[in-house]
Amino acid sequence: MRLLRPILAFLASIILTLLGLLAVTFVIGRVIPIDPVLAVVGDRASPQTYAAARAAMGFDLPLYQQFLIYLKNVLSGNFGQSTLTGRPVLEDIKAFFPATIELSSVAIVVGVGLGVPLGVLAGVRSGRWPDHLVRLFGLVGYSAPVFWLGLVGLLIFYAKLDWVGGPGRLDIYYDGLIEPRTGLLLLDSLLAGDTEVFWNAVSHIVLPASILAWYSMAYLSRMTRSFVMAEMKQEYVMTARIKGMSECRVIWRHVMGNVAVPLVTVVALSYGGLLEGSILTETVFAWPGLGRYITESLFNADMNAVLGGTIVVGVCYILLNLLSDLVYRLLDPRAHAA
Amino acid sequence: MTSISPEAPLLEVEGLRVSFATQRGLVEAVRGVSFAMGREKLGIVGESGSGKSTIGRALMRLVPSPGVVTGQKLKVGGKDVLSANERDLQGLRGGKIAMIMQDPKFSLNPVMRIGTQIEEAIRMHRRVTRKAARAHAMEALLAVRISNPERVYHCFPHELSGGMGQRAMIAMMLSTQPDVLIADEPTSALDVTVQAQVLAILDDLVSRRGMGLIMISHDLELVASFCDRVLVMYAGRIVETLEASALSRAVHPYTRGLIACLPRLSEASSRLQTMQRDPAWSQV
Repeated sequence: MRLLRPILAFLASIILTLLGLLAVTFVIGRVIPIDPVLAVVGDRASPQTYAAARAAMGFDLPLYQQFLIYLKNVLSGNFGQSTLTGRPVLEDIKAFFPATIELSSVAIVVGVGLGVPLGVLAGVRSGRWPDHLVRLFGLVGYSAPVFWLGLVGLLIFYAKLDWVGGPGRLDIYYDGLIEPRTGLLLLDSLLAGDTEVFWNAVSHIVLPASILAWYSMAYLSRMTRSFVMAEMKQEYVMTARIKGMSECRVIWRHVMGNVAVPLVTVVALSYGGLLEGSILTETVFAWPGLGRYITESLFNADMNAVLGGTIVVGVCYILLNLLSDLVYRLLDPRAHAA
Repeated sequence: MTSISPEAPLLEVEGLRVSFATQRGLVEAVRGVSFAMGREKLGIVGESGSGKSTIGRALMRLVPSPGVVTGQKLKVGGKDVLSANERDLQGLRGGKIAMIMQDPKFSLNPVMRIGTQIEEAIRMHRRVTRKAARAHAMEALLAVRISNPERVYHCFPHELSGGMGQRAMIAMMLSTQPDVLIADEPTSALDVTVQAQVLAILDDLVSRRGMGLIMISHDLELVASFCDRVLVMYAGRIVETLEASALSRAVHPYTRGLIACLPRLSEASSRLQTMQRDPAWSQV
């Protein structure tokens, strides 16, 4: 019973956020200077055809009715047809989104795996050379434009050294060999037992994932550093030392137990940022992901696709927030009481 | 636990100095302090900044950087602390000498259960199974007169009152059976009624186990009533050492000044005394 109330409050807040998101996408769909009817019938259609299409698409109804219809459609998974691909938007997203998930997930795993330990190192040795080194390394990843890093990376590691695969998720002759089950190529190729395709996919994902990982590592190491520095000043750290614990154990058991609490939120938001913000990387590396899908749809005035993609990204953000909130509650006993 | 012979001093300190290199030059928090103590209750009093807390940390070599501890001699239970390496120091901390701090709200790890924190201290110093450590932790909680150790064991620090938290802290620090316990303002964050309870528990455990206790406080009367001997510190040095019962016979003007500053309920006086300082007190 004690848990029921916060869960209900939680669900209510999610539903409200979701409604807000849908309202925003709905309004965007109406106010941008793109006529969706014109995009369907073409600019040489007769006024009669135009009016008929307009009525068929429901644009002659009052706005609130349009919104209700929009709500009903979106909630039942109907994002409409994409004018660019001619397929339902949902089908397109199912095809494109896994590529983004795969790229972002590899990037966040590497980013956390490097960023957190480096941040701890910088925080513990703050003001000394390991700190300066980590901060410099982070600064470059943070401030160098992703597309520039991508192009330079491709030039060096693909064109000159030939250490990694080029743009795309696979070499062209491996395309379509693997039956998509999860849509994540690394996973699908392993499930199919095809190591050749797996290693080819690895060679393609290494570079874009590293660049995204560098970016998130820079952010995560900075945040970890400041969290660690703040916790190291707390009195319980002294208590742990008084007990006779080694500095290493003091940091990894006591300090990190406390740092993990705010860090979870930062990692979740960082992951959310990667899911929506890898557009430039996907463009440079011809990565067939959601970011590129949305961008291309936007250039072609394919509003159904743009809004559908936006909703998916928004929902991911909301879910990640929810997840980080839940983990936060697990990690911090004080959050139960509140 | 190897115990040392009762006649040998638990703690020998000679010419202890602690200095901090700051941007405005060298700050000497402790300037040549010498004392020895056995199985007794020793009070260290002084005003804020007199260096009393720094002494406590220096004894465990836990002065935060950039502090530097030097001295002719610093021995805990016969072991030299000044020349000890990090590994020996870790055995010493908790094992021979432990410390409780001012406010359990900050000195206990907020995301760890009380029981886990106590067990961790025990397992740092004794090779025991999880189950045995748990039993020891329960005993330690019972020893500080916690009537329901099972409940407190599973509590997080924020679920305990200040008095309970400080008892848990005492239980944790005594669970490894050190010879010397430093109590750095152990009751100043507690309510007055709770203060008395916590002090009684501390007094009882320390005398029953024959430990040495160093009580660091700014509260002269409390220290005088609780301890056997009192060191009065001023500007990083000991200006006077007194038997606690002989407080009224203090000769140093600083100590006399401190006593004179105390407000008394029995005497009506319009104005409280203030300290008239003499720069000569802080000269070497």
